[in-house]
Amino acid sequence: MYGINLVKGLMVTMKNLTKRPFTVQYPEERVKQHPRFRGEEFVWYEERCTGCASCAKYCPLGIIEIVTTPSETAPAEGDKYKLEVFDIAINRCMFCGLCVEACPYDALFMGSGFEQGQYSRKNMVINIDHLRQAEKRPSTYFRPQLEDSGYDPGGGRPLHWQEVGREGWQWHQKEKAGMRIDRPVPSDLLEQEPPVDSSFVEDSEAAPTPVEEAE
Amino acid sequence: MNCVLGPDNILHDTLLFRVIYEGVGNVLPCGLSYVVAGLAIMMLLVNGVLLGAGLFSWVERRLIGRFHNRIGPNRWGPFGSLQPLADLVKLLFKEDLTPRGADRIVFAIVPVAMLAPVVLMMAVVPFAKDTALANLNVGVLYILAVTSITSIAIFMAGWSSDNRYAMWGASRGVAILISYEVPVVMSLLGVVLVAGSMSLDDVVSAQTVPFLLVQPLAFFVFFAGTSAELNRTPFDLAEAESEIIAGYHIEYSGVKFALIQAAEFGAVLTSSAVMVTLFLSGWSGPVSNYLGWAWFLMKIGVLAFIFSWVRATFPRLRIDQLLAFAWKFLLPLSIINLFATALEVYFLRDGSGALDTTDLWIMAGINFGVAFGCLLIFGTLIKEKVRPAGPITGATLSPGEAD
Repeated sequence: MYGINLVKGLMVTMKNLTKRPFTVQYPEERVKQHPRFRGEEFVWYEERCTGCASCAKYCPLGIIEIVTTPSETAPAEGDKYKLEVFDIAINRCMFCGLCVEACPYDALFMGSGFEQGQYSRKNMVINIDHLRQAEKRPSTYFRPQLEDSGYDPGGGRPLHWQEVGREGWQWHQKEKAGMRIDRPVPSDLLEQEPPVDSSFVEDSEAAPTPVEEAE
Repeated sequence: MNCVLGPDNILHDTLLFRVIYEGVGNVLPCGLSYVVAGLAIMMLLVNGVLLGAGLFSWVERRLIGRFHNRIGPNRWGPFGSLQPLADLVKLLFKEDLTPRGADRIVFAIVPVAMLAPVVLMMAVVPFAKDTALANLNVGVLYILAVTSITSIAIFMAGWSSDNRYAMWGASRGVAILISYEVPVVMSLLGVVLVAGSMSLDDVVSAQTVPFLLVQPLAFFVFFAGTSAELNRTPFDLAEAESEIIAGYHIEYSGVKFALIQAAEFGAVLTSSAVMVTLFLSGWSGPVSNYLGWAWFLMKIGVLAFIFSWVRATFPRLRIDQLLAFAWKFLLPLSIINLFATALEVYFLRDGSGALDTTDLWIMAGINFGVAFGCLLIFGTLIKEKVRPAGPITGATLSPGEAD
C-alpha cells in the first residue's frame, strides 16, 4: 500500500518518544567513569616517593622536572632523598602513563579527574605544592592491587599512602619466567651483615650536592 | 447603553467585540468606542498568536528532543519553559543588520508581511460560539487569499536580501507554494460542497460528523499541502539548513529574524486552527459547548503535535520529488475526492439541498473506500521502477580470456 512505510517511520519516532532520554546533564549528573581512566592531576604520595626520578627518566616528552637533595640521614641508612622541585607540565602531557609504570615504589598514580581547565598555559604546570594538596583518588591504571581491591576512584574515598602499595599483594610471590619462588636463601647471606659503604656516607655529609634531573 | 451594534454590522456576531463596544460606549462617543473595541480585539489576536508561537517553539523543541532521545531546552524555568523568553531577549539585543546591496524598504517590510497573514488568518476562525472576529460568508476564500501573501513575502525576502542563497530559497519557496496551492484549494472544495457554505461558522455547525471522517482524502491532501506551505521539515526546501543555510531569511538578524521565526511558529498554530475548524468540527465538543475554546485549543494541540511528529521523523525531499508529489499525487487525489464528493452530494441531498447526519455517515463510508482504493492504485502506479539485475552480457570475461 502506498505510504505504509511512512507510517512505519512515524512509529519508530513514536517508540523513541516513550523511551528515557539518553542525555546526561553534565554538571549535575556524570557518566560512570572507568576505574582505569587516565585522568589529570597525578596522585603523588610523598611518603612513598624516594626521589629516584624514574618517572622523569621514562617520560617520553621530558615534562617532569625533579630536583632532590639528600636529606639529613643517609639514603643508605634507609632514608630517602628530599624533593625540592616536582613539576609536571601537564599541558604537554599525553597521558601515556609511562611515568606511573616506571615508579618502583607505587608513589605516582594517574589521577581520576578531568576538570582541570585553566585560563593560562602557565597554570598548567603542576608544582609540588599542587601535587601535595591534590585529592588522593588514584586511578587504578597499572595498579592491579587497587583494581583487585575493588577501588573505584569515581565514587570512592581518597586513599591513604599506606593503602596503595604492593606490600600486601601476592603477585610478586608468584612464579614468573626465570625465577623460583621457593629458592633456598644462601646461608652466607643469612649470617652476613649488610655491607655499608662508609665512604659514600662521608662524601655526602661533607659536600651535599643536589642530584638534579632536569628536562 | 448609548451605542448598540446593529445586526447588519459584520462584527455583530462577535460577542467580545460587542461587550467592549457597548461598555466603552458608556463613556466615549460611539465612533471612538468602535475603534477602541477593534484595537482591543486586534491586540488580543496579535498577542495571542505571538504568545502561542513562543509557547509552541518551546513545546516543539522539547517534543523533537524527546523524539530524538534527547531532553531539549531545560535550563530556564520549569522544564525550560522560559526558553522562548531567553531567545527573544537574545535576539532583541543582537544587531539588526541590513546588507549593503539590499533593497532597504522591501527588506524591512518582509517580517511584517510574513507575520500579517498569520494573524489575519485567525480573524475568521471561530474559537467558540460567537467568538470569531468576523463571520465572513466567504471565510474559506479569505483564508486561501490571505495565506497566499506568504509566498510574496518569501519572494520579497529573497529578492531584497542581495544574496544568492536567499534567492535560491525564495525561488524554491515560491515554486513549492504555487504548486501546493492547487491541491489545497481542490481539497477545500470538497469540504465546502459538503458544508454548503464558505463561512467557517457554518462549516463548524455543519459538522455533526467531523469532516475528517467525511473527507479523509481532503484532510490528507490539506495536511500535506499545509505543511509544505509552512516550510516544515519534509518540505522545508526553501530554508534547507544543510543545503542553502537558511534560505530566504539568511540575511535577517535581531528583531526581524525574531519576527520571521514567530511568524513560522505562529503559522503552524493558525494552520492547525484552520484545519480544526474545517475538518475536526471546530469548537464543538462531545460534552459542553460552553467549553468551546478548550476543545478548540485541545484539537489545535493534537494537530501541532502531529506536525512536530512529522517534522521529527521524515528527511527532506528533493525539489523534483516535492513537485512530483504535489502534481502527480496530491492533485489527482484531490480531484478524485472532489468528483466523489460532488456525486455523493448530488445523490444524497434532500429537497432543500441539505445533508443530515445519516447522509454524512454514508459519505464517510464511501469516501474511506475511495481513499483506500486510491492509495492502493497509486501504490502500484508510483512504485519506483528498479531495473531487475539480470545477467550481464558483453562486458564479462570468461576465466580463460582473463589472462
